[in-house]
Amino acid sequence: MAPLVKRNHWVVRLTHWVNVIAVVLMAGSGMRIFNAHPAFARPGERFALNPWEGTPIPNWLTFGGWLAGARHWHFAVMWLLVLNGLVYLGFLFLHGEWRDLAPRRGDARDAWQMIRFYLFARRDHPRQGKHNALQKTAYFAMPVLGVVLVLSGIAIWKPVSLSFVTALFVNYKWARFVHFLAMALLLLLALVHVFMVVSVDPYSLRAIVTGWYDRARSPEARNARPFYHLFARPRDDAPAAREEHAA
Amino acid sequence: MTIDRRRFITLSAASIASGLVAACGKNPESAKPVLALAERFNETIERGLVRHSAMNVVPASAPLTGRAYPKYFVSARVPVWDPAVRGAWTLEVGGAVRRPLTLSLEDLTKLPRVTQKVDHFCVEGWNARATWSGVRVSELARLAGATADAQYVDFAGFDKEYHESWDMESAMHPQTLVAYGMDGYLLTPAHGAPARVHSPIKLGYKNTKYLTRVIFMPARNGGYWSDQGYEWMGAT
Repeated sequence: MAPLVKRNHWVVRLTHWVNVIAVVLMAGSGMRIFNAHPAFARPGERFALNPWEGTPIPNWLTFGGWLAGARHWHFAVMWLLVLNGLVYLGFLFLHGEWRDLAPRRGDARDAWQMIRFYLFARRDHPRQGKHNALQKTAYFAMPVLGVVLVLSGIAIWKPVSLSFVTALFVNYKWARFVHFLAMALLLLLALVHVFMVVSVDPYSLRAIVTGWYDRARSPEARNARPFYHLFARPRDDAPAAREEHAA
Repeated sequence: MTIDRRRFITLSAASIASGLVAACGKNPESAKPVLALAERFNETIERGLVRHSAMNVVPASAPLTGRAYPKYFVSARVPVWDPAVRGAWTLEVGGAVRRPLTLSLEDLTKLPRVTQKVDHFCVEGWNARATWSGVRVSELARLAGATADAQYVDFAGFDKEYHESWDMESAMHPQTLVAYGMDGYLLTPAHGAPARVHSPIKLGYKNTKYLTRVIFMPARNGGYWSDQGYEWMGAT
């Protein structure tokens, strides 16, 4: 029986799942709000950066029922999202785990090697720490997008009383566009994340629920690509994964 | 059938997930008290954010929305004040005041005039720009002698029973006008003639058009859209 390591602290696991609920509700209600005016142009103007200007989001993807209902959800759940995000970021900072996510020199090179591996241009899984370079980039980008979402959200919530926040994004129209774009990017990263969990490392689900992780089944140990070596036993010549801190 | 720990966890997760999905589809009634609580909390914050020094500034070079400016009313047709039926239009300023006023349009135009190019923020998400001319609501409050009981203001008009009540702080903001001019001309019926409320510090639905009454009150009394579920505060 391979030894298990404690991979995720309970604060990380709790904030992860609270975040899932908060992001789903925020995105759903946000898209419902967007559908009241599914465009970025002011009346009588044009907006060249949105090829689907005027096209609403399909209703089944939205939440809140109608504009006012969605606004109530959006302005209630935003507090859950912000508080949860602060707990997570505060924990990362105090517990030193920001080191697992902070960009370093060499990340671009390592990310390129991961891409080559996934494209079969490289035989062996690159060596990695807790996360591979692509994962690390995604997990770093998500909280950054979260901060952009909160700031651009404040900018369109209070464009007069907090106009200095709106000015960070030029004006109301652009703040609204940035808010939407950041939401779309965050959802894209989340979808890729879920796809990779299912197709490359379903064993990590255990680590985000109970915290325990079996390093013998890590993608590095299995030399796993999406849907490749999903159930493989670790190879004898598999490079040993770097030590993780035990619980 | 025995249920081991792993199976128990799987089943629990599945039932919680299906419960959540079912709850989301119905937009549950049980969420209402929580949402109402959040709205009251947000309102406290929003009222704290109202500053008379926080002004909406539109760049001088920004184009006016002009003909594309959305027209909006709740009646089936454009409300038009017909003097032959209703007599001459007047604006009543009353309620918690020492000197109730009844102002004709001419009286209004003789009061200190403010002309400002500002944003109009619609709850739907768009914003439009126009140059509004009119009298500050704070000026009307001063002329009528609003008393200490004047904690809220109700703006009512002749577009059906349309009205929206405001907190006094927002009504007294220097950019909150009873406007009778738009882009250099008198208001047209499509934009709320003869006079309307206009302020960039509240969402469009709080800015009553086709205005007839400005009533100062000790308590708020909701509004046309506020009563249907939109936030009463509607602040920007």
